[in-house]
Amino acid sequence: MDINEIQEEIISEFSLLDSDMEMTVFYIMELGQKLPVMDDALKTEENVVKGCQSKVWLTANLDDDKIYFSADSNTAITKGLVSLLIRIFNGQSPEAILNANLHFMQKIGMERFIGTQRSNGFAAMIKQMKLYALAFKTKLELKS
Amino acid sequence: MTTTSPALSTTLDVEKIRKEFPILHQTVNGRDLVYFDNAATSQKPLVVINALTEYYKGYNANIHRGIHTLAEKATKAFEQTRLTAKEYINAKSEQEIIFTRGVTESINLVASSYGRTFIKEGDEIIVSELEHHSNIVPWQFVVEEKNAVLKVIPVTDRGELDLDAYRKLLSSKTKIVAVNHASNSLGTVNPIKEIIRLAHEVGAVVFIDGAQAGAHLDIDVQELDCDFYTVSAHKMYGPTGAGFLYGKKELLEKMPPYQGGGEMIKEVTFKKTTYNDLPHKFEAGTPNIADVVAFRYAMDFITETGRAAMAAHEHNLLQYATERVSRLKGVNLVGTAPEKVSVLSFTVDGIHPFDIGQMLDARGIAVRTGHHCTQPLMDRYGIEGTVRASFAVYNTKKEIDQLVEGLERVINFMK
Repeated sequence: MDINEIQEEIISEFSLLDSDMEMTVFYIMELGQKLPVMDDALKTEENVVKGCQSKVWLTANLDDDKIYFSADSNTAITKGLVSLLIRIFNGQSPEAILNANLHFMQKIGMERFIGTQRSNGFAAMIKQMKLYALAFKTKLELKS
Repeated sequence: MTTTSPALSTTLDVEKIRKEFPILHQTVNGRDLVYFDNAATSQKPLVVINALTEYYKGYNANIHRGIHTLAEKATKAFEQTRLTAKEYINAKSEQEIIFTRGVTESINLVASSYGRTFIKEGDEIIVSELEHHSNIVPWQFVVEEKNAVLKVIPVTDRGELDLDAYRKLLSSKTKIVAVNHASNSLGTVNPIKEIIRLAHEVGAVVFIDGAQAGAHLDIDVQELDCDFYTVSAHKMYGPTGAGFLYGKKELLEKMPPYQGGGEMIKEVTFKKTTYNDLPHKFEAGTPNIADVVAFRYAMDFITETGRAAMAAHEHNLLQYATERVSRLKGVNLVGTAPEKVSVLSFTVDGIHPFDIGQMLDARGIAVRTGHHCTQPLMDRYGIEGTVRASFAVYNTKKEIDQLVEGLERVINFMK
């Protein structure tokens, strides 16, 4: 599935929650619990994307010209939000990630978790994922 | 401990008081709002909101200089707040009340004006481990610039200042002691009278950060004999962006102006400028007239409601919340001093405060999470942050029940 198809899938899953904020929060945390475990050795200072209250560890590697992210967070909600991004981005090309418009965030009311507050490192993390994509894209271009 | 002290009888009609606060009557995420972030900022009663709009609708004008009727009316209202503030903290003279944007600006004013004038190399400034960053950083500026030394009063496990350690820190080198009246993170009420007395014995001046005391404790600067005291209006049911600094007149007179501009001058020539008298010397430029005018109504609201009655109600809320929350599984209270303002800070085993805050918000409950701008204090307890519920006069036991119910759901979900 491409990025937009996955986003549509997420939007329809969240629509079942009927905008109930508590159910939404619980659901996001459940998603976080299902995120594949990140190797502790990767949880280095270098891989931290820092927010004011929560932090995220993020790494990426390239396999067969596709990007695969691995991430974790010290807070359950941020981890759940991260898991959504990983679900959308993993297995996509650097080009597709760079050009992605993450419209699902607005559709599922996720913006209030990112919003204007510095409290979680979510906005910084999206930026970091795109930076990884840019680095891999450059690497692929140099190779060809 | 707070939990063992008896409930105090109060005559407050909380339902009637709640009607004065329009913001409380709304739903958030589909539920009735429960506002427990009062230590960050309190909500505003109608008298304050009306005072703001009446000022702008009726007599907005620049003050102190205009000769027309509106200017006169605005000046009178502005200066009335100064008189009310003087009464509120029992200052000797209204010349000792300087309007500022709030506590942070007051601290910066004194650190910059007093600190940079009177602190010399090797002098010592004492703060405490309980301080908000705003009562640390401005003093660090001075210490760095003057090659002076910052000393820190440690806190005990219960969240009280270690007075024995404080006594040992004091010496003839101590020039300033800057501590809060009550802690924003833990609620601890500090024995400032004793702290001031001891500092004066070695000739130091004392700055009291009253941010968390203004709406909750009796303040008598003459009885305390403190040199500087400051509050923020917005934590006292008043508007944001206003507050005042109290300083003993003889100290304020010795201090150079903090900012230059209009209002603070007597006469300006390109050769030499002379400064205005107190308090105007420290009030450069057009002040925050509307908010200062409305601040008076906030202080009147507190005085008329009765500080003792409000304190008793808040004490009962804190006691009830402490009992109920501490019984929840995995909850650790942070800050258990016997004397506290209405702040309940806690952590829950295995659950990040951020997650608790978000989940409570999903149920319409506003609490604060994080380090509360007191990172050194969090380091002291080896935690990243806490969940903080802080209560005001309009809060109820029923709302605390809602908090407890919300916490139970979070804890069960995360198991």
